[in-house]
Amino acid sequence: MSVELLNSLAIFILAILLGIEVISKVPATLHTPLMSGANSIHGIVLVGAMIIAAAADNPLSYALAFVAVVFGAMNVVGGYVVTDRMLQMFRRRETPASLAKPKAE
Amino acid sequence: MSQESIYPLVFFAWMAGAAAFAIGLHQMNSPATARGGNRLSAAGMAIAVVATLVYVAARPGGLSGPAWLIIAAGIVIGGGGGLYLARGVKMTAMPQLVSLFNAVGGGAAALVAIEDFLHIVGTPAATISTTIFVVLGVVIGCVTFTGSLIASGKLQGLVPGQPIIFPASRLVTILLGLVAVGGTVLLVLGAADAVALSNEITLLILGAIIVSALVFGVTMVLPIGGADMPVVISLLNSFTGTAAAMAGFVLNNPVLIIAGALVGAAGGILTKLMADAMNRSLVNILMGGFGTGESGPAGVAGAEGGSAREVGVDDVAIQLAYAQHVIVVPGYGLAVAQAQHAVRELAELLESRGVDVKYAIHPVAGRMPGHMNVLLAEANVPYPQLREMEEINPEFARCDVALVIGANDVTNPAARADTSSPIYGMPILDVDHARSIVVIKRSMGKGYAGIDNPLYGDPKTGMFFADAKAGLEQLVAAVKAV
Repeated sequence: MSVELLNSLAIFILAILLGIEVISKVPATLHTPLMSGANSIHGIVLVGAMIIAAAADNPLSYALAFVAVVFGAMNVVGGYVVTDRMLQMFRRRETPASLAKPKAE
Repeated sequence: MSQESIYPLVFFAWMAGAAAFAIGLHQMNSPATARGGNRLSAAGMAIAVVATLVYVAARPGGLSGPAWLIIAAGIVIGGGGGLYLARGVKMTAMPQLVSLFNAVGGGAAALVAIEDFLHIVGTPAATISTTIFVVLGVVIGCVTFTGSLIASGKLQGLVPGQPIIFPASRLVTILLGLVAVGGTVLLVLGAADAVALSNEITLLILGAIIVSALVFGVTMVLPIGGADMPVVISLLNSFTGTAAAMAGFVLNNPVLIIAGALVGAAGGILTKLMADAMNRSLVNILMGGFGTGESGPAGVAGAEGGSAREVGVDDVAIQLAYAQHVIVVPGYGLAVAQAQHAVRELAELLESRGVDVKYAIHPVAGRMPGHMNVLLAEANVPYPQLREMEEINPEFARCDVALVIGANDVTNPAARADTSSPIYGMPILDVDHARSIVVIKRSMGKGYAGIDNPLYGDPKTGMFFADAKAGLEQLVAAVKAV
C-alpha cells in the first residue's frame, strides 16, 4: 500500500469519527431536515463527476460523465433547497407576534 | 498557472468546504441554528465546486471543448432540475423527493467509479486497492440508486407501500450477493495478476457486478413496508455518503473522502436515532415483512367484537363547541387532503369560543419524523400549540374531545397492550384515554402498517367518515351555526 493510500485511510477514519461526533441528541422534529441536509452534502460527488468529465476523451466517457454531473448537480441544488424549505418553520415569526400584541394590550 | 501550482489553493478551498459541512451538520442538531447550518453547508459546497472548476480548467492543455460543455450543461440541467423539483414539491411529497435526490447521488458516485475504472483497466494504475474501491463504490452506489428509487416510489404510491414478498426472494438475494462477491474476488485477483483477465472479461465481470447490485437494491427495499421507509431512506443516505467516499479513494480526492465519510457516519447515527424513535430495530426493518398480515389477524382479534359507531357533523360540532379541552391529533390523512389550513381555521374558531386547543404531534406523524410540524407551520399554526408525544400523553385523560384527523397507526392501542400486534412496542399517542374521541377518516380502511385499530371499536369513539379537508370545512360551518 502506498503512503498516499495510508494517508487517505487516516483521513477517512478521522472523518468517520467526526461524523459520529457531529450528531448528538437531535429532537425528532429535526430528523427529516437533518437527513435531508446530510443528503445534500454527499452531493460533493459532483466534484468527482467534474474531475472525470475533464478527463473524458471518448463518446462513452462523455456520456457517463455527463449523466454523473447532472445527477451530482441535482443532488446538490435540490438537496439544499428542499432542506432550506423544511427549515423555514424555525424562522423567527415576526408577523404573527406583532399582530397578536395589539390584541393582548 | 499550472494545475500543480494551484493545487494547494484548491486543496485549502476543499478543506474549507469540508469544514463548512461538518460545522453546518452540527448546527442542524438544534432548531435555533439549523437553517444557518444548512446555508453554511451550501456555501461550503459552492466553494468546493468553484475550486474544482478552477482546478480542472488549469489542467495541462486546458479543458477540452466537450468537457466544458459536459460540465456546464450538466450543472445547468441537473441543478435546474433539482431547483425546480425542490421548489415545486408539495410539503407532503418531500420525503420521496429527498429519496430521489439520494438516488441520483448514489448513481453519480457509481458512475464516477465506473468511468474511472474504464480508463485504468489493463494499466498498472489498476492496483488491488483501487480495484477494491471501484467495486465498493459501484456496488454501494448502484444499490442506493435503485433502492432509493423504490423507496421514493413507495412513498409516492407508484410502487405499492405494502411489503412485496416474491417467491424465493431469499434465494435471489443470496445469488445476487454471490455474483457481487465472486466478481469482486475475480477482479482483485486479476489486479494482483494472480489470474489473467483480458480487458473485455474484466469489464464483463464489472458489468455483472453492476447489474446484480442494481437488482439487489430493488429486492432489498421491496419487502419493506411503507411505514419503515423513513428509516430505510436514512440508511440509504448513509450508503450514498460511503459510496462518495469510495469514489474519493478511486480519484484520490480528499474532499470526497471527508464529506463522504462524514455523511456515511452521521447518516448511520441518524438512522439509529430514527429507528429508536419508532421503537424498531434496524435488523427487524431490513428483514422486512412488517405488516404482511402474518401476525396481523391475531392482533386484531380484540377489535372484532366492537363495531364502529358513526357520528354526524352536527353532533361532532356540538361536542367540540362545548368542550373545554380539545386535542387535535393530525396524521397523514390530513396531509394528503391538504387540510392543514382547514384544521387551523377550526382551531381558531374553537379558541374564539374559549375552547383550549392543542395539537398532539407523534414523532412520526405524516410520513417522516418532523413532517407534521412542517405542514402545520406552513399553515401558520402557532408553534406553542404543537406538543410532542411525551408532553401531551398525560393530558389526554383531562381532555374532553380528542379529534383524530387521518391518523391511524400512531393512535393504535394495540401497540401498547397486544404483544402479538406487529406494531407492539411502538410509542403511541394515548388517544384512548380521552373522555371522548372523534375520528375523521375516509373509510374503515387500514393504516400504513396494514393492521386494524381497536380504537375504532371503542364505545367512546365516534367515526366521522369524510375526507379530512371536506370534513373539517363542514365542521367549521357547523360550529359557526351552533
